[in-house]
Amino acid sequence: MAEQQALIEIDHVNKWFGELHVLKDITLNIERGEVVVLLGPSGSGKSTLCRSINRLETINDGEIRFDGQPLPAEGRSLAKLRADVGMVFQSFNLFAHKTILENVTLGPIKVRKDKPAAAKEQAMALLKRVGIDSQANKYPAQLSGGQQQRVAIARALAMRPKAMLFDEPTSALDPEMVGEVLDVMVSLAEEGMTMVCVTHEMGFARSVANRVAFLADGQLVEQATPEEFFADPKSDRARDFLAKILTH
Amino acid sequence: MDILSDSADMSAYVDGFMWVLRLTITSAIASFILGVILAGFRVSPIPVLRGIGFLWVSAFRNTPLTLIIFFCYFALYSTFGLKFSGNITINNFWLGVVGLSVYTASFVCEAIRSGINSVPVGQVEAARALGLTFMQVLRLVILPQAIRSTIGPMGSVLIALAKNTTIVGTIGVIEASSVMKGLINDHGDQVIPIFVLFAGTFAVVLIPTGYLFGWLSNRYEVKR
Repeated sequence: MAEQQALIEIDHVNKWFGELHVLKDITLNIERGEVVVLLGPSGSGKSTLCRSINRLETINDGEIRFDGQPLPAEGRSLAKLRADVGMVFQSFNLFAHKTILENVTLGPIKVRKDKPAAAKEQAMALLKRVGIDSQANKYPAQLSGGQQQRVAIARALAMRPKAMLFDEPTSALDPEMVGEVLDVMVSLAEEGMTMVCVTHEMGFARSVANRVAFLADGQLVEQATPEEFFADPKSDRARDFLAKILTH
Repeated sequence: MDILSDSADMSAYVDGFMWVLRLTITSAIASFILGVILAGFRVSPIPVLRGIGFLWVSAFRNTPLTLIIFFCYFALYSTFGLKFSGNITINNFWLGVVGLSVYTASFVCEAIRSGINSVPVGQVEAARALGLTFMQVLRLVILPQAIRSTIGPMGSVLIALAKNTTIVGTIGVIEASSVMKGLINDHGDQVIPIFVLFAGTFAVVLIPTGYLFGWLSNRYEVKR
């Protein structure tokens, strides 16, 4: 192949929630090492699109391919695909009955079949990287939101994923904790991780994204580099959106 | 109290509570196993199993236990000839266990089901996103948390079961309440002490049981 294939290919995807058409014929490719930020007003379908990439949401029409392979419908092959795609949620979703360390080692041991000692070593290195290594034996409820979210990132990275999905990772955080989570995301981007981020952090989109994709009412309205998008949005919807969020 | 000084009365009292104990333990084990299976049915992806679980719970949770016990005796035994033993007491004991278990299992099922529902759906999504299979998610994430949050409600179910065993007296197992009725007939001048003795025995055993389950529930509670 002359041109390298995109890591994530979203090909004419449609989705309905009952009567509601939430994703309208969306086509979007995400290259290897690229950071794409999905922007849009609430209800625009950006979270749904993000979640459909590892099939936490099913789609009704079209196709999504990851690393050249169409997403499996279910079963073990789907589980295998998910192991390659890290996901970070708005509400952290750490396993409440497991310690921080166990949260990070569970996937590698049960899915990757890593030896417990190796999984622990890797987990401690990742926790050190996100600055939580001293809390490894605590339970999630004992940590602040920002700390929990950094653990959630470490948990996803422990699977050695090919791409990371971030579904509004800072939206549930107190303002003073947003920075610590964004710092980790910035360093991941700098290392060349392929990332799809749904976020309202315009500073992050501006400085880290390679590309911004703007969704409204389930449609991919425009995509551009952050410089172009923020300086000169092409569509009325995007101008309207930016006017609303940037006036304060 | 005079009744305790009579050795025949004393042994009737002990026998009565031994039947309560046997009925409670046997039915607790049977209804726990049955309840777990039914809870599995109720959350299963297979519609037929969900339907069975739903019907079971609807039927037995909303029927008086006295009717169910009568049904076991008059329908299962007298009409359909279901016989567990030639010994009439043993036979009625097992008929009672059947009635208590099908009834109590519906409450166990609902306690476990609400425990499963108490696990935040986000944790299940996170587990699936890691690449865990359906069974792994169930075994590693859902059930460990569901069972812990079920301990408290399970204590209430057990206490209710222990008290409900007295209904088996209606089909001829001489358990505590039947013994009490007999003693009251024989000692009409000591009605109040006899009541206090029997009610007190239940309370003395069940109050600590309640505290034990409360303590276990706190001890193993998943902090969220």
